[in-house]
Amino acid sequence: MISLGIEGTAHSVSVGIVKNDNGKCRVLSNIIKIYHPDHGGIHPREAANHHAGHVADILRESVEKAGISFDNVDLVSFSKGPGLGPCLRTVATAGRALSLSLNKPIMGVNHCVAHLEIGRGTLNSCKDPVLLYTSGANTQVIAFAESRYRVFGETLDIGIGNCLDKFGRYVGLEFPCGPKIEELALKSRNYLELPYSIKGMDIAFSGLLTAAEQYYQNGEKLEDICYSIQETTFAALTEVTERAMAHTEKKEVLLGGGVASNKRLRNMVQTMADERDACFFVPSKDLCIDNGAMIAWLGLLMHNSGTRMNVEESFIDQRFRTDMVDVTWRD
Amino acid sequence: MLYQGAEAKILLSKYMDKSVVKKQRISKSYRIKNIDKRLINSRTKEEAKLMIEARKNGVAVPIIYDIDLLNGVITMEYLQGKRVKDILNSLSEGERKNLCRKIGENIACLHNNDIIHGDITTSNMILTDDHVHFIDFGLGEKNSEIEAKGVDLHVLMEAIESTHSKYSECFNYVLECYKKNLKQNANQVIKKIEEIVRRGRYR
Repeated sequence: MISLGIEGTAHSVSVGIVKNDNGKCRVLSNIIKIYHPDHGGIHPREAANHHAGHVADILRESVEKAGISFDNVDLVSFSKGPGLGPCLRTVATAGRALSLSLNKPIMGVNHCVAHLEIGRGTLNSCKDPVLLYTSGANTQVIAFAESRYRVFGETLDIGIGNCLDKFGRYVGLEFPCGPKIEELALKSRNYLELPYSIKGMDIAFSGLLTAAEQYYQNGEKLEDICYSIQETTFAALTEVTERAMAHTEKKEVLLGGGVASNKRLRNMVQTMADERDACFFVPSKDLCIDNGAMIAWLGLLMHNSGTRMNVEESFIDQRFRTDMVDVTWRD
Repeated sequence: MLYQGAEAKILLSKYMDKSVVKKQRISKSYRIKNIDKRLINSRTKEEAKLMIEARKNGVAVPIIYDIDLLNGVITMEYLQGKRVKDILNSLSEGERKNLCRKIGENIACLHNNDIIHGDITTSNMILTDDHVHFIDFGLGEKNSEIEAKGVDLHVLMEAIESTHSKYSECFNYVLECYKKNLKQNANQVIKKIEEIVRRGRYR
């Protein structure tokens, strides 16, 4: 079965095509276009316009790259949510149009669960992980328990990526700020104390963000602040992930989301995993960030386990929670 | 060793001929020394302080015998009892209701003294013959705000929903008694819980 997935929850629009290869996911193509705002954060309507402008082209490009034709596509999936309304509506419309014109079934899927499933699908021996999902909008610790994907910890205010971007914008770095902050942090070993906020399994970043901005105002060195932000936030993320692993007694940890590209975060989670005799997994970069392949793969899993969706039911859900998904493809 | 959690080891030991439990916080090499020391030191200190204060105000907690801040060790009484997590589902309806009421009463007592436990789950309560004991104040703090009390109860609500999903009415029993025993702002705290639920992302 060949599944085509369209992703568009936030700043990226992407089309991926995957195939079921003995229960594993083979990615045939995965084309990603990222909207870069001229200034400030993501403007939802501008992002949606960007997606509308590119989606037809990357659909064609993706099919070409996969070496198939549109007739070979057996299923069309799209990101149903959570995400920005205008963006979701744009790619859902593209998904419906494609599904109707090809006369192939449609499937709206949960973006967060897709991040986890692409890890299980593409990485050997990644079977039942705790996912630390760190992106701009989302920061969640997700694991499978009692027949659902449950959120064991999440941010109480802003996502970690958003925290990094907001700080970056405050000091004049360009979007996306994460990689620049990572680079600057490498130049420092001087830790400035920042609030470390964990409540139960949940985590909060906005206090830390304010404190970091104050350090900057007070003339502290930018690289020292960047280093301190990374060390503090990533330690807290690693701690909640470890708590979830201890609680669920799972022996695998998977990273996902754009911030998973950060080497320091990877290193911390890997160290934690090693100390617990657990396995550490991280998908390739284009499968970590928002991408169409993961949407295609989750759609395929759902379809194969009997889920069906009519075009009439293919509405979007901006607040589509991870634990609302009926997991039919796992025991 | 009795138990190893994510944050600490719980060791069975002897202290002046008594059976005691040592809670030893584990140093983590994934975080820098500075943060590691700060967290272990402040959490050990804060936990001991809160336990002493809870006990002074009539909430059952293990008696503390010794505190070693440098190494992050609290030596405390060894309780012969059962974790509420392990027994709650197997109790009779009446016993369960009773236990939940006791829990509510105790949480109200903590909150009356502005003690926020920080991780109220059924694994952090031990039932002995006569009392529900609260353990693991490692994430606790002193805080008089309605928000903090609401978050504290919300943690328990989620724990009951996930671990005792068949008996989710338990939380209502807890709340009922909590409301009766909280001296100030009981209704506001309960309203706050609803707000926190709504505030959760994508709800």
